[in-house]
Amino acid sequence: MSELYLEVITPEKVVVSQEVDIVVAPGTLGEFGVLPEHVGFLSGIVPGELRYRLDDKMESLAVTTGFSEVFNNRVSVLVDAAEMVHDIDVERAQRAMERAKERLAKDRGSEDIDFLRAEAALRLIF
Amino acid sequence: MATLRDILRKIGAVKKTRQITRAMNMVAAARLRGAQAKMEGFDPYAAKFSEVLGNLASRIEPDIHPLLVKKEDISSLALLHFTSDRGLCGSFNTNLINMGEKWINDQKGKGVDCRLTTVGKKGRDYFGKRGFDIIDSYINVYGIIDMSFIGQMAKGFIDRYMADEIDEVYMIYSRFISMARQEPTLVKLIPVEPPKSEEGQGESSPAEYLCEPDPEELLIELLPKHIGVQIVNAFLQNETSEHAARMAAMDNASKNCNELVENLTLVYNKARQAAITAELMDIVGGAEALR
Repeated sequence: MSELYLEVITPEKVVVSQEVDIVVAPGTLGEFGVLPEHVGFLSGIVPGELRYRLDDKMESLAVTTGFSEVFNNRVSVLVDAAEMVHDIDVERAQRAMERAKERLAKDRGSEDIDFLRAEAALRLIF
Repeated sequence: MATLRDILRKIGAVKKTRQITRAMNMVAAARLRGAQAKMEGFDPYAAKFSEVLGNLASRIEPDIHPLLVKKEDISSLALLHFTSDRGLCGSFNTNLINMGEKWINDQKGKGVDCRLTTVGKKGRDYFGKRGFDIIDSYINVYGIIDMSFIGQMAKGFIDRYMADEIDEVYMIYSRFISMARQEPTLVKLIPVEPPKSEEGQGESSPAEYLCEPDPEELLIELLPKHIGVQIVNAFLQNETSEHAARMAAMDNASKNCNELVENLTLVYNKARQAAITAELMDIVGGAEALR
């Protein structure tokens, strides 16, 4: 009976494409929720956790920067990277975090996407 | 006349060549599958991206962001030119280079300065040897590109554009149309011409459309990304085209080898028969003389 359609798309692949009841996403100005019949809405996405529910089943995934559009009961989330929580390899994420930290220590000025990605993944787990 | 052994040797050589071209064909086919999958995986992202950007752009003043504004006087251009790193892919690189060279010369004819950024060894070598103004060149980057790399590349162009160093940025890459068709294509990268939101949809879209933060800020973030997305698209298309072109070229080469082997075998058989006949005539002639 849901009328909301969620798509999470990264440059590599379509991560999620299905009907959902509610979506909660980390927007630039704070977390926002989307229910069916939401008004047209465009927002930046910051690294964090994106949750959605379908029939009392809650799923969440880690996302990095990007943006999302809500239009005609369609939520499109375009981010640089996204990973379902149950797909996250904790060890790999931790290793990526260490690597990114090292690199960041060497070169403070640059923003590192790997770091954001790893951080987003780890924030979800702990 | 070629002796029998010469012909045999030639047949052997052609067969060896055929083995190589066949192997290369197979490698190209495998690579093509990978590249095509990547390209197709990227498609939904690119499509959605331009849709959203189109929606947003149709709602705001076009002159809100410098990347959207066309400059009046154009005195200097930048061209991002794609070729492959390796050869043996038929006319793939030649087509791209010809198009690029012609275009640059056209611009020069108009008195417009043109600076090159090349991707791929072949383009760098060609344009470098002929003294074109190459600002940057990337080699051996296919397959290892990621978003941060592209982001930097896009930022480089945007910074130069903002500093009025260049007035427009174009790209030449090979668009993948089908396995048998790849077309060199010229695309304007900056200033950004926002994709038109689809007909009908634009009309029916509600006036209410919230943006968070405000549209201007979103646009500032989206436009550089849009440029990045276009560059990634060019990378993926070009890579896929390269492999498809190589596959076709190697397929042709293998076919030509087959033909050559066939012809040579025919020549060999004829020569052998001629030798036998000649020998026989000799013997018969000798026997006749003895009688």
